[in-house]
Amino acid sequence: MKALRNIVDKIKPNFEEGGKFAKLHSTFDAFESFLFVPNTVTGARGAQVRDAIDMKRTMITVVIALLPAMLFGMWNVGFQQALSTGIERTLMGNFWYGFLKVLPIIVVSYVVGLSIEFGVAQARGHEVNEGFLVSGLLIPLIMPVGVPLWIVALATAFSVVFVKEVFGGTGMNIWNPALVARAFGFFAYPTEISGDKVWIAGLKKGLAMDGFSGATPLAECAASVDGGQSVQSLSQLIDSLPSFCDMLIGRIPGSIGETSLIAILIGAVILLATGIASWKIMVSVFAGGALMGLFFNVLGINTYMQLPFYYHFVMGGFAFGAVFMATDPVSAAQTETGKWIYGLLIGIFAVLLRVVNPAYPEGMMLSILLMNTFASLIDYCVVDANIRRRARRVQVKA
Amino acid sequence: MSIFSSTTWEAFTRPLGKDNPVTTQILGICSALAVTVQLKPAIVMAISVTAVCACSNIVISLLRKYIPTSIRIIVQLVVVASLVIIVDQILKAFAYDVSKQLSVYVGLIITNCILMGRLEAFAMSNSPLDSFMDGLGNGFGYGKILIIVAFLRELFGSGNLFGLQVIPQSFYEVGYMNNGMMIQPPMALIIVGCIIWFIRARHEEMQEK
Repeated sequence: MKALRNIVDKIKPNFEEGGKFAKLHSTFDAFESFLFVPNTVTGARGAQVRDAIDMKRTMITVVIALLPAMLFGMWNVGFQQALSTGIERTLMGNFWYGFLKVLPIIVVSYVVGLSIEFGVAQARGHEVNEGFLVSGLLIPLIMPVGVPLWIVALATAFSVVFVKEVFGGTGMNIWNPALVARAFGFFAYPTEISGDKVWIAGLKKGLAMDGFSGATPLAECAASVDGGQSVQSLSQLIDSLPSFCDMLIGRIPGSIGETSLIAILIGAVILLATGIASWKIMVSVFAGGALMGLFFNVLGINTYMQLPFYYHFVMGGFAFGAVFMATDPVSAAQTETGKWIYGLLIGIFAVLLRVVNPAYPEGMMLSILLMNTFASLIDYCVVDANIRRRARRVQVKA
Repeated sequence: MSIFSSTTWEAFTRPLGKDNPVTTQILGICSALAVTVQLKPAIVMAISVTAVCACSNIVISLLRKYIPTSIRIIVQLVVVASLVIIVDQILKAFAYDVSKQLSVYVGLIITNCILMGRLEAFAMSNSPLDSFMDGLGNGFGYGKILIIVAFLRELFGSGNLFGLQVIPQSFYEVGYMNNGMMIQPPMALIIVGCIIWFIRARHEEMQEK
């Protein structure tokens, strides 16, 4: 460690003002603070907050919270592939297969995103932020494993440029960058990121056993209803779905990191214990989903509406979105009351989109993006209502 | 160039460059998003708007001393509407396919802010020749942006230009795919945004601090 510190100190003058590589100052700065705790201290004047947590630590905590979902996702990629081709593999064999499939996606997302981030910071003379460490891991986890790498690269580039840098970099974005990357892929190359063939490695090339369907549970549900009319009864639908237990554990086809509710809940515990994410948002997203699910249960017009509401939590990206996407502190609502409204509406819209709109089997991505858009409006209304309430109090006294 | 006085020439060139109606004044965005999926309708739209803009500018400029201020908007609308109907009929007669593709957007030229904007801001207070050149310049400025956007959208969205495939089949075999996002209006907005970004980055005086 000491040797590394010495090397960094030795080359540091080159990057200071007037040095040989002064232009690359922010790149050097980023690597230095990546390796060591920054020794810069804010000036003696003004209000000061002393806290052990800074952006670097926040981001690393989220990355740690994502690890269970990522590791499980890697195993699941191998497991699903073995299932589809009928190969027998050990637990480690499955994990190793998935690791080799997922790693390139993670590498591409980090390399593309970080190079743009460094380039822009360099050009603007800003510091490089740690913000992309999380987005760069979220993007692979919400992609199907069969996605071509160039689409990952293009989608990452699009979201970093048009969602982050255009608005001013880390902390200034209106939407969640990782979700926009997925939305871009979803709308630009729909055949590569949705459908029945992309969720399992090699399925597109026809490397599966005859008659093997790679459809996700959500696609099965959407297929149970045609034009608002049931084509399957509820018991037929539940028979065609994987068992509830399998969906809870996550042994189902889906985006890489989204399938396992248990792994995601471990991440949620880490986020809540460290106080990084808001429990209000997480709880209210699930509450909103349950509310809408129950409403549909009561309505019960077709099979999908009759499906018990808790099925929505274990299918698709609902839990992943609620824990890791909706709670993004930048794009979520900031006020405490606002967080409840924001979360509730995400849950409600996600289930509404799933059940009512057959064109989008998964509604979580679009509903979070929609509420990201309205988050600042919710905050505005909450703050405004508070001001008016307090103004009334003053008037009553006077 | 010498046949025009400098002000007339400037009335023509200003909207082509720094005073572009789409990128600087942010007018006519709606139709710029709607008709730019392919090059052909975009070019026809550009020509139609240029024709209506130039002609209505002349007519209003000729009438400008006789129009009572209180009803000037109605008079301008009547002139624009009649010209749009003529354009619509011509398109239906000679370019029926494109006219069907453009559908409601030909009629909506009436509500294109560029037209009313130029009538109010320029034709009401300038000579017919200057107004004609101003209308022509604004039409071309609008058309220029439309063609750039349509070029990019048709090329990357469907691999074609003027309906002919330009991206070789071998690309598709390697794994290249058309970008479905390009076909949708949001991408047109993003492309227009990028053009504005590019222009502002080049002209320091246009950047707001």
